[in-house]
Amino acid sequence: MDTLASLFAILDATLRVSAPLILAAMAGLYSERSGIVDISLEGKMLASAFAAGAVAALSGSAWPALGAGIMVGIALGLVHGFACITHRGNQVVSGLAINILASGLTVVLGIAWFSQGGQTPSLASEARFMPLELPFADAAQVIPIIGPFYHDVISGHNFLVYVAWLAVLATWWVVYRTRFGLRLRAVGENPLAVDTAGLSVSGLRYRAVIICGALAGVAGTYLSIAQNAAFVREMTAGQGYIALAALIFGKWKPLPAMLACLMFGFLDALAIRLQGVELPLIGEVPVQAIQALPYVLTVILLAGFIGRAIAPKAVGIPYLKER
Amino acid sequence: MTISRLGVIAGMLLSASVATAADITPAVVFDMGGKFDKSFNQGVYDGVERFKAESGIEYREFEVTNETQREQAIRRMAQRGANPILGVGFAQAGPMETVAKEFPDVKFTLIDGVVDLPNVQSVVFKEQEGSFLVGLLAAMASSNQSVGFVGGMDIPLIRRFACGFEQGAKHASAQVDVVQNMTGTTPSAWNDPGRGSELAKGQFDRGVDVIYAAAGGTGVGVYQAAKDGGKLAIGVDSNQNYLHPGTMLTSMLKRVDVAAYNAFKDAMNDTWEPGMKVLGLAEEGVGWALDENNESLITDEMKAAVDAAAASIVAGDITVHDYMSDNTCTY
Repeated sequence: MDTLASLFAILDATLRVSAPLILAAMAGLYSERSGIVDISLEGKMLASAFAAGAVAALSGSAWPALGAGIMVGIALGLVHGFACITHRGNQVVSGLAINILASGLTVVLGIAWFSQGGQTPSLASEARFMPLELPFADAAQVIPIIGPFYHDVISGHNFLVYVAWLAVLATWWVVYRTRFGLRLRAVGENPLAVDTAGLSVSGLRYRAVIICGALAGVAGTYLSIAQNAAFVREMTAGQGYIALAALIFGKWKPLPAMLACLMFGFLDALAIRLQGVELPLIGEVPVQAIQALPYVLTVILLAGFIGRAIAPKAVGIPYLKER
Repeated sequence: MTISRLGVIAGMLLSASVATAADITPAVVFDMGGKFDKSFNQGVYDGVERFKAESGIEYREFEVTNETQREQAIRRMAQRGANPILGVGFAQAGPMETVAKEFPDVKFTLIDGVVDLPNVQSVVFKEQEGSFLVGLLAAMASSNQSVGFVGGMDIPLIRRFACGFEQGAKHASAQVDVVQNMTGTTPSAWNDPGRGSELAKGQFDRGVDVIYAAAGGTGVGVYQAAKDGGKLAIGVDSNQNYLHPGTMLTSMLKRVDVAAYNAFKDAMNDTWEPGMKVLGLAEEGVGWALDENNESLITDEMKAAVDAAAASIVAGDITVHDYMSDNTCTY
């Protein structure tokens, strides 16, 4: 395979791997920008992945599964909100509780309903989001470089990958170009000022955790019925935390956060492809070295190039109207 | 008086003989992956279920969900009077050694690992021999002359699968290219189907068209990717041909079910013996799966070749290299 084709194959894999990270990072962005720390992205994704896998297996269709994934994400978001906004609980503790709940409950329900050790049954193609061929993908092949790029990298992903990209644009627009976005940012920086202006801090924060839950739900759905064909226990494998890291990496801004997700995805895809390949000059690189590469590069980038990431000022602090 | 005494003695004898036949409270500690992992643990589950169905003896069970539970689970079983206790997986060797020392009167059987104690029976398999056979089949089924291997966690045991597979493929034709990948270096590598599917797609892009996964739950993603990409995949441990009929070329069988069944059965019949049991092709401990799901994929020529190779291995004409004997793959 020539260099260009293998590069395109890596980029193609990058987009597949980073899609759930992007969705989860956008989910976290709404929550954290409103002042609610959300380490429960992992748990929301896992629970949604299970809900989507279960509904897809029972209904044989992907759309109700997506709906179920989103609903479960929102429900957990509301639990988080109830604990952190209404009752002003510790946001990290509440998030952690949701993660533990999701990790245990998915397996228990999976065993009870499907008796496959916490897995959901394997899905047929009809019950999944399958790769879509974008218009003119074949016709465009004749154009050098751009044609194959469009055909190999841009086209041929499932619906939810495109949703992830749209989510980034939509998030950017909502956060920076709408009245709601302005208030959302304000409530994360200085809730007292927002309150003084006559707006409901709780209302804004609740709206943020609902949007966060919905997007995390899409991310979870992606894992179980688009990328894979069944829910497998603990299938998020830490991706919620990676998304959170990407959000911090991207300084709580949509486009930089997306780029951070793409970088993590690219390094992961690269690690997968480089395993066991003879590189010029170096020879075959040991598996362990390749797998450590993403972490090493992350540390270097974080230490040397990204600079200081400043969190929203009020993040993690419950809002109390009168002290 | 005499008659009644005789009756009492007979009764005691009867109850004693019933006792030796039924007086076991077997227990099994499944490892991470769970008893329905469609693979290794499920093989053990099938074996103990068969024992339960045949003998009517219930068994206790526990599914380990994180590393710290192994020792607790085995010890709890021993404390609650379970005997024999069946441990599943190489990772239970350490915990079992600790607990077996504390309970010298309890019989322990470990599948897939070795503990050298007078009350432990260790059952290990010659996975390299079964992998050799499926490697041969893979090479014959590959139209690109390129076959792939996806391992779970990078440990010597999995390298043993890989090495046998490679040797088998090269036995079919020296020109065959064997691409190998490992999923990761932590136990989560057994449960990451997304990464499994990415690894498989990466190998397909490099020309691989038959892929062998020895990766627990991660394998589910590999088989799915093979189905989606119209390539062939080879299952492991249990017969996994039924997962995707038509794209599952075969499965490397590791008869853990037989080992699990025999452990309980021998304990019941009082023929259980500690020490090491090595099950290879000759003992029918490993093999390859042929059923209605994959018979259309296996040609007569392939079947003849694999049968001949199996016979040569049993006869000792072919020696399949064991990676764990010297931690290299030279043959």
